[in-house]
Amino acid sequence: MALTIDSPPSSPAAQVRPRPRKPRRVLRFVRRIPGYLCVAVLLLLVAYPLVWLFLGSFKTQAEFLNDSTLALPDSFTNFDNYSQAWSSVALYLRNSLLTVLPALAIIVVIGTAAGFALEVMVWRGRGTTLLLFLAGIMIPGQMILLPLFTAYFELHLTGTLWPLIITYTATGLPLTVFMMATYFRAIPREVFEASTLDGASIIRSFVSVAFPMMRNAVLTIALVQFFFLWNDLLIALTFTTSDELRTVQVGLLNFTGQFGAVEYGPTFAAICINVLLILAIYLFLNQRVMRGLAAGAVKG
Amino acid sequence: MHSVLGDRRSIAILLGPALLVYSLVMLLPMLWSLGYTFFTGSVISGFSYAGTANFEKLFNDPALPSSLWFTVKYAAAITLGQVFVGYALALLYVFFLRKAGSVVRTLVFFPVVLPTVAVGLLFQKFFEFAPQTGPVNSMLETFGFEAVDWFGTPGKAFFVIAVMDIWRSMGFYAILLYTGLLDIPDDVMEAAAIDGASTWRLIRSIIVPLSLPVLVSSLVFSINGTLKAFDSIYALTGGGPGNATTPLTLYMYQTSFAYGDYGYGATIALTLTVLCLLVTAFIFRATRRAPEQG
Repeated sequence: MALTIDSPPSSPAAQVRPRPRKPRRVLRFVRRIPGYLCVAVLLLLVAYPLVWLFLGSFKTQAEFLNDSTLALPDSFTNFDNYSQAWSSVALYLRNSLLTVLPALAIIVVIGTAAGFALEVMVWRGRGTTLLLFLAGIMIPGQMILLPLFTAYFELHLTGTLWPLIITYTATGLPLTVFMMATYFRAIPREVFEASTLDGASIIRSFVSVAFPMMRNAVLTIALVQFFFLWNDLLIALTFTTSDELRTVQVGLLNFTGQFGAVEYGPTFAAICINVLLILAIYLFLNQRVMRGLAAGAVKG
Repeated sequence: MHSVLGDRRSIAILLGPALLVYSLVMLLPMLWSLGYTFFTGSVISGFSYAGTANFEKLFNDPALPSSLWFTVKYAAAITLGQVFVGYALALLYVFFLRKAGSVVRTLVFFPVVLPTVAVGLLFQKFFEFAPQTGPVNSMLETFGFEAVDWFGTPGKAFFVIAVMDIWRSMGFYAILLYTGLLDIPDDVMEAAAIDGASTWRLIRSIIVPLSLPVLVSSLVFSINGTLKAFDSIYALTGGGPGNATTPLTLYMYQTSFAYGDYGYGATIALTLTVLCLLVTAFIFRATRRAPEQG
């Protein structure tokens, strides 16, 4: 029925065409309204806590105590909270960078080499060795915490950032080795045959051919590991024995204690600095972050 | 060629460093940790042999069942929530937003990369009851309800933990399942649509069965992560009120470092590890049978 009303058969096609389309487009839009509402609610749910945090970071203590928590801050140019927060967050950021970046570099280099040895090279026992690495993905961090604490204590490494660098390197290896082995599977063996015929040793082939070919995979894994290590709390909490060694996550936790539970502004600003920093990295690389994390998950 | 790819010295040079670090810092400590279960004491106070005392303590510890129960309850509830909400979002991405949804996907994914401590503190303030009323309680008051002390009772604290963890990770499971859904060939769905299948029927009979592998890997990944959850709960509730939201991970941490009992801490860590292995083995067994049936 609807079809016959929409398009009267006698009219010339050229005149009629714009007319029947319009109601259908409106109808389509009306039918999609519930969907659009869902998306709007979804975005509100995701964004509102973050927007509220951002607004809170500009509020003064008086505003926190007297105004409604839903109110906007009086001024967006009040950076007192930030300067107060920055005085300690700067140190935590430095510590995080000093531990995460070296660990990341080592993980990528030795993890890729191990992935190469386990996938491209041919030897007995490589399947078992790969499984051995794979087991490390499932083991909870709590299982290695106490012996490591004892070991670092005996080696007099407590009081430095070394325990964090070493532990991060080891915990990042299982997933890296496993993902790298999977990525190497896609590279045709002829590439290495050719480099061998050109006179390169296998180590030379790895350094000059295989590693550069894996540039994208290396960047993806480095990014995935960066988020894992940067967001770690358990290991950092266990091995940071003094305030000077705190990483960003441990520092954040102690923030409330440091300023007292009622100092809202600096606390909000400190959380906000963390969120903004990650946001900058994320906006810059978001497609790669999403794909990388998802790839890591399916393999784990 | 074979002799080049089988060169032992090269293999040792390439694999050696990773294997050495991994063995020394992960495998060896794991065995060492097993050894600790027969001792009491700590690095500071010194160790003494305790025989099976730690295991006897484990079975008589009144705090352990509640902690174990919380871990299991939390893993089950959060896994179901994460995968269900993620799947709903993935369906929304594929069938409603289609290719145009990349902004939505990017935004919803953002909380995934946020530090869990930051998110924990944010939600703590967001649900705050006193001294400063948080937005949730303010909104409740605006609509004429009474403000709720969210962190005062175990049930409500659990609710906030669940809300936070699902908020934080739904974008991740959405992307994971979305890529799985994209792999379903269009012609299968077109054929079903031409045969007159309703949307619901399409989801039930075509989409869910065909996306089962990626659904299963989401489940495995989620359970594996939630059994080990530590940061978010530690930052949000600190295990409270009392020890109502203390998972095994946190209980182990408290026992070892607050009470300085490494032996018993290692025993709890072992319990957690066994739980992880059992659950993973169970899922793999259950899912290996599934494709044969379907």
